[in-house]
Amino acid sequence: MNIEWYVVLSALLFCTGALGILIRRSPLVILLCLELMLNAGNLALVAFSRMVGNQEGQVFAIVVMVVAACEVVVGLGLIVAIFRRKLPLNVDDLRELRG
Amino acid sequence: MSVSSWAWLVLLFPLLGSSAIALGFRVLPEKAAGAIGTAAIGLAFLCGIGALVCLLGEDPEARHHASSLWDYASAGGLDIELGIYVDPLSVFMVLVVTGVSTLIHLYSYGYMQSDAGIRRFFSYLNFFVFSMLLLVLAGNFVLLIVGWAFVGFASYALISFWYRRTTATRAGMKAFVINVIGDIGLVFAAILIFRELGTFDFGPVFERAPEAFTTNEWTITAICLLLLVGAFAKSAQLPLHTWLPDAMEGPTPVSALIHAATMVTAGVYLIARTHPLFELAPTAADVAAFTGLATLLVAGTMALVMTDLKRAIAYSTMSQIGYMVMGVSIGAYSAGLFHLMTHAFFKALLFMAAGSIIAAMANDQNIDRMSGFGRAMRFTSVAFLCGALALAAFPSTSGFFSKDEILAFAEARGGMYMIFTVLGYVGALITAVYAFRLVFRVLPGKPCKEAQELIETGHVAHGEPHNPATGEPEDTDVGFPGSEHHIAEQNWPMRTAMGVLAFLALFGGLVQVPGVDDLVTSFLEPVFHDSPLAHIHPSAGAEWRGLGIGGMISLAGIGLAYLLYVARPELPAVLRRRLRPLYTLFVNKWYFDEAIDLLVVRPALAVGRFADRVFERIVVDGLVNGTAETVRGAGGVVRAVQNGFVRSYALLLLIGVAGLALYFLLSAS
Repeated sequence: MNIEWYVVLSALLFCTGALGILIRRSPLVILLCLELMLNAGNLALVAFSRMVGNQEGQVFAIVVMVVAACEVVVGLGLIVAIFRRKLPLNVDDLRELRG
Repeated sequence: MSVSSWAWLVLLFPLLGSSAIALGFRVLPEKAAGAIGTAAIGLAFLCGIGALVCLLGEDPEARHHASSLWDYASAGGLDIELGIYVDPLSVFMVLVVTGVSTLIHLYSYGYMQSDAGIRRFFSYLNFFVFSMLLLVLAGNFVLLIVGWAFVGFASYALISFWYRRTTATRAGMKAFVINVIGDIGLVFAAILIFRELGTFDFGPVFERAPEAFTTNEWTITAICLLLLVGAFAKSAQLPLHTWLPDAMEGPTPVSALIHAATMVTAGVYLIARTHPLFELAPTAADVAAFTGLATLLVAGTMALVMTDLKRAIAYSTMSQIGYMVMGVSIGAYSAGLFHLMTHAFFKALLFMAAGSIIAAMANDQNIDRMSGFGRAMRFTSVAFLCGALALAAFPSTSGFFSKDEILAFAEARGGMYMIFTVLGYVGALITAVYAFRLVFRVLPGKPCKEAQELIETGHVAHGEPHNPATGEPEDTDVGFPGSEHHIAEQNWPMRTAMGVLAFLALFGGLVQVPGVDDLVTSFLEPVFHDSPLAHIHPSAGAEWRGLGIGGMISLAGIGLAYLLYVARPELPAVLRRRLRPLYTLFVNKWYFDEAIDLLVVRPALAVGRFADRVFERIVVDGLVNGTAETVRGAGGVVRAVQNGFVRSYALLLLIGVAGLALYFLLSAS
């Protein structure tokens, strides 16, 4: 199979994720979209790895998964904390850091 | 025990007393504070006597000791020790200072007992005595300046003692500022001395000076003139005298202690101490002598017309210090110091008696309202009379011998110095007139309301407390004069102090009667034996002739005062009308305050206003505010980006990453 299809699929997935982050307001969905973007990256890494013919890209993909897992832990922890404090689960309302 | 150990003890006791009272401020009973303060100075006086006895047991040639505790400051070739210099001159000053101070502390113990701030008072008073002793015992110029500045501070604290009286705080500031001008002169003199001679210590400085300088060389003249700035400011000589009359805002014991007996004589001490330098700069010495002469005449005329009892005595102090400065500047060292001693006795006494009278007047100081206290307050009147007699140089009193000794010396030196003798006698006439003007206006006559009350009921008058200068009503809480007044008749500590001083004022001059004895001169002789001027001695015959003239002038002055104020009381008003321009000049204090205001204060204020309105507002504020505005503007631009929306941050991130990716892709191909 040609490498282009993998790269195009990866780009489509990445754009979906990025768009989701930009337009959705629920922190939970934003986390899902982040995950989507990371996995788009993983797909591209694995595809290129196959094309080149060594395993380094696949190792990198596993590292990305670990990072993604950590990120989910932190992100979900944040969401639980927001929920416990009865704050709105809407990222546009949580804008206390504005200058 | 050695002389220097005694001298260190002299310094120790007042310091201990001051610290003990200051630290025990909250726990000490009021009486204990007074007792500790008085005892500390009394012990210092006893140690001073110890030093005297030790010193007299030594060979006259060896009667000078330098002793030091530790290095005070040592850097870059500069080595200053915390050292004292004990010789007959410093022991003489120690005895005068501690002796008179002990009596004044005793007086204050009675006089100030109803004041809510009495602990603070005694702490300041002890600190003042410590500073003054440091000044007279200092072994180098640096320590002298330290003592000099401490004395200035103590004076400030005590003048402003009733700190809720605005006139008192203002007077304190005035005294402090003028004294600092003197300090600056002294500091520059010390720097010049160090530059020329490489040391600050008195002994080496006076030893090296004759080799390092030729007579009247400009450096030594500059040094002496700068020393004189310090001396004039401290001793209230023209034109730096205006703080002294204002200093009368302080409590009366302070006026007696600082502004009559001790602090104001520091300038006289300084000139006597540095006499080897002044003998190398005769021009500077003549400047000092003429200033002293001018001060004694000008201050005398002001004392003639003052209606405030304490201020009249203050001007008389200026005038008498004029005699002393004149004396030590023309070379009559021991005579000048002898006058310093007798003046300390009779002037402290006059102030104490005045304080007693003012207390009986419920703090009113205006002599126009006083009369008839001769009957109401016998003890005080006798004391006041003794002081006035000594001040007027009535034959056989202490002032009689000391003042005439200065004038006789000037006559013996001859030539130009005859001016000092002649005008000195004119000053003596003025002195006698103003001294007895006070006596005749306050003591005889029909008793005034307050005196009448004292005669009839034996109670001291209780007026509404008010400021004697402005007439504003006052509290009797801390920071104001106390609620009760105390007069010598009803108060043993005051009576004791005044009694001892009255004795000394009348008979203190007998230690040095021409042709009979010369205790002061022979005691001070080792200090001045190198000086060529100290060997000029008027013959006993010339001195007795001078004493005769002085006695007649004194009697004439007293007679004139009697004529003006008792026999024909309408005469002063006639004179005032006839000599209106002169009277206006005198009563406005020769317009010195106005002149200083015009020449110094106003220009300084104008510079200050310029700095405030133009330089500060435009240059300094422009720089500071400009920086702040720039930073704020730049921040405003960046701030718009920080809107708090997570997704806008994400978008920016995305755009950035996309931009980077594009850049790398394009640059790669």
